[in-house]
Amino acid sequence: MTNHWSDIQHSDCALIMGANPAENHPISFRWLTKAQEKGGKIVSVDPRFTRTSAKADVYAQLRSGTDIAFMGGMIKYALDNELYHKDYVVNYTNASFILKDTYEFNDGIFSGYDEPTRKYDKTQWAFETDEEGNPVKDMTLKHPRSVFQMMKNHYSRYDADTVCSVTGTPKEDFLKVCEAFCATGAPDKAGTILYAMGTTQHTVGTQNVRAFGMIQLLLGNMGLPGGGLNAMRGESNVQGSTDFGLLYNNLTGYLGAPTMLHPTLEAYNEKETPSAGYWSNKPKFLVSLLKAWYGPNATKDNEFGYQYLPKGNKNYSHINLFSAMYKGELEGAFLFGTNPVVGGPNAGKEKEALGNLKWLVAADLWETESASFWQKEAGSNPSAISTEVFLLPAASSYEKEGSVSNSSRWMQYRWQAIKPKGQSLADLEIIHEMYLHLKDLYKNEKTPAAKPFNALDWNFGKGNHPDIDLVCKEINGYDLTTGKLVPGFGALKDDGTTTSGNWIYSGFYPEEGNNRAKSRDNKDTGGGNYLNWSFAWPANRRILYNRAAADLNGKPWSKKTAIIWWDASQKKWVGNDVPDFVVDRAPTDPGGTNPYTMLKDGVAGLFAGNLNDGPFPEHYEPFESPVANAFSSQDSNPAIQLFDGEFNLKGDYKQFPIVATTYRVSEHWQSGSMTRNQEWLSELVGHMFVEISEELAKEKGIKNKDKVIVSSARGEIEAYAMVTKRFKPYTIQGQKVHHIGMPWHFGYKGFATGDTANRLTPHIGDANTTIPEYKAFLCNVRRAN
Amino acid sequence: MVEINLNRRQFLKLSGATAATLAIVELGFNENEAKAKTKEFKIAKSTVTPTICCFCGVGCGILVHTKDDTVVYTEGDSDNPINEGTLCSKGTTIRQVYTSEKRIEKPLYRAPGSDKWEEKSWDWMYKTIAQRVKDTRDRTFVEKEDGITVNKTEAIASLGGAALDNEETYLLAKLMRGLGVVYLEHQARI
Repeated sequence: MTNHWSDIQHSDCALIMGANPAENHPISFRWLTKAQEKGGKIVSVDPRFTRTSAKADVYAQLRSGTDIAFMGGMIKYALDNELYHKDYVVNYTNASFILKDTYEFNDGIFSGYDEPTRKYDKTQWAFETDEEGNPVKDMTLKHPRSVFQMMKNHYSRYDADTVCSVTGTPKEDFLKVCEAFCATGAPDKAGTILYAMGTTQHTVGTQNVRAFGMIQLLLGNMGLPGGGLNAMRGESNVQGSTDFGLLYNNLTGYLGAPTMLHPTLEAYNEKETPSAGYWSNKPKFLVSLLKAWYGPNATKDNEFGYQYLPKGNKNYSHINLFSAMYKGELEGAFLFGTNPVVGGPNAGKEKEALGNLKWLVAADLWETESASFWQKEAGSNPSAISTEVFLLPAASSYEKEGSVSNSSRWMQYRWQAIKPKGQSLADLEIIHEMYLHLKDLYKNEKTPAAKPFNALDWNFGKGNHPDIDLVCKEINGYDLTTGKLVPGFGALKDDGTTTSGNWIYSGFYPEEGNNRAKSRDNKDTGGGNYLNWSFAWPANRRILYNRAAADLNGKPWSKKTAIIWWDASQKKWVGNDVPDFVVDRAPTDPGGTNPYTMLKDGVAGLFAGNLNDGPFPEHYEPFESPVANAFSSQDSNPAIQLFDGEFNLKGDYKQFPIVATTYRVSEHWQSGSMTRNQEWLSELVGHMFVEISEELAKEKGIKNKDKVIVSSARGEIEAYAMVTKRFKPYTIQGQKVHHIGMPWHFGYKGFATGDTANRLTPHIGDANTTIPEYKAFLCNVRRAN
Repeated sequence: MVEINLNRRQFLKLSGATAATLAIVELGFNENEAKAKTKEFKIAKSTVTPTICCFCGVGCGILVHTKDDTVVYTEGDSDNPINEGTLCSKGTTIRQVYTSEKRIEKPLYRAPGSDKWEEKSWDWMYKTIAQRVKDTRDRTFVEKEDGITVNKTEAIASLGGAALDNEETYLLAKLMRGLGVVYLEHQARI
């Protein structure tokens, strides 16, 4: 989230799309309700009339996978009706930049497309530059090749009638949503967008988010209290685990993981460091990380240990990982509190893949479906599966201590309430012990494999239980010349004299005895930002890009949307938050009107040339769709990776004519292992069900509570039919299309059991993130008997 | 109950950066009077520890009441500015994460081809796992590829971590990258 939970109360309009917070983030709704009480509006756009929709002022249905059509229509509405915030767009975005004539868009394809590799040459999506390399601009926005005019042209095709024929939204509802949300383009209004996996789990997931970003920039909502672009995260520390680099492509703090394209530290720095913007400091963050990981073994002479890091040469993300496992290319795997046999896409295939491992280590509180994939009740033949499985009992969140980062980037501390149950142990200790045992095996070896592992600097106290305080300090970082903790990432250097395990968190532990994650002063320090409660990365800042809430002169756009402003007498930025700006850089100084400090040009990108599938979001149909693309002859995203054979089974709409999506219920959590193993929650929602419209039920002769079979190209599951008014048939390009939905929490373990929805979902991912397309696929439904 | 809440709030504020636990009885709460009003006042003499909910990413504060080596009660932390004491159905039942009979309490091992778990000691598990990791890693380790130092193994994967604490994810990332693991993924992708 660029903003935070309690900040939502300042919103004049909250557009909730691809999310259902009333169900899945229930307590967040307190702040939405507060906004509503102050006169703000809630808008819900969802394929299903959800609990969030029930609380909304405006509801519009849309077919799963058509968000870009919807948002493209909203962009056109804002432009046509001149509802955008002109000063903001001209000065704080790249709307004025002139595009080179190599950039083109034609029938669903951007320039630079190479069909055999399904990749774009992105250098063709560039700006005209002057002799000094600065972008050429037209501040009147009238130049035909300005970003503004090119954007206007791109979305001219997204008229309300075409949009609604694709999304299936009643036109009057679509227009009501546009009217309500675009009203926040007024300088004294702020609108927020709240989204979750309904947005990201598509083959166009990244571009869905981009479309949200574009409308927020057009309406001048970024950086404002009550505004922003806010991803509601589904796990208590999925923000933190992402920040700390548990994805193949990132080290900590969003430093890209080295690949074979970066053979040396010098090559990495040259390729990955922009010439301007805050990321120009990247070498300082990477060297400080290397010093944290390799300590005295990281020296100037050995590129600070850069060569110890593994260098990949391909996409190692979840689907590719399971594809490799299925082919027998992997021998061993660790699962830390994760359950892909229920939560992974095409879960039946992922279960089979686990059987091709030699060994599997699972650390969990429960005997999950994944740890017990070899059992008869999993549909497996144990004697035919030779995988060794190690199931390690892990302690729960309050049986240990440590911090977690919520969606708002607030790093809050959990104290230990009770010792771990039975023989279970904290994951911190399990990981530490694993290191110690491996170190013991490698200590006398000098082999190529031993060398990088033995180079790790691992000093977390003596004995089996690691000292968490030492871990915290290593994350924050030290000044090695003084031995003291660094006060923040501004102090980090690229000469090997500082360390920091995760630069974006640097400053949470600025001096001995002051772990700011433990801060519990809940006095409102102004604007509901609670600056002394916990620590928000980066630099305890609560609203990102907050310089953009002030005009060119440093004055708030309005009194109501004020957060920080330039105080000429003190010669610094002051207000209710930590400024997201050099604190003494005056508006009249060079760069003083460039609020997007992380970016090279200092302004936000309405046009973004760095994504794999195009600089403007364009509508493509989901991988499995009941209709052809009405916007171009490209049906699905041309830049997605296609998988082979059994990992790419695709359903045809004639055999599987119904659009399906998955969702969650308030009483269960993710793959269900944490909730289906509890008595009360199991009793509250005890059965797998599929929600179908009254119209579809009638066509199929299905009654409420009947057992039905849902089938897709990947498999079949059984569920109880829940016949509701919450789904309605859609009219898509004149054709009637049914839409169903089902929860994905169920498996065969725990008190509440049921078939796994992900047995139906496809192995296909987004063009940038490879996040699987769980949220739009084709299926069919029939009575079970 | 109002008095209890005020006391608790005052205490947790005072506690600042130090471990925040308390016995309610120490705050001058009249235990006898409470007992007179209710026969089974389960949280009397309980220790209260603040935590953050383990479910979604809202980050609600929860107070865990423990007594006699078990969790007797949990409630929303009214000091936490996000939830101000309120909780959803999952946060409300967080006690059962501890008390559920389904919790595994011992390390379990499944041998190749076997149809059952066997209980093993932690030490045996660590030693055997470390041996398996080393065996796979040493056989599959690639030091150089096309003349470039790559120091990786593509035969070991690590998945998960969104339910771990920050400090745990940090150690996990350090260990796995240190081993040369490139198939490093977690729930943010799925």
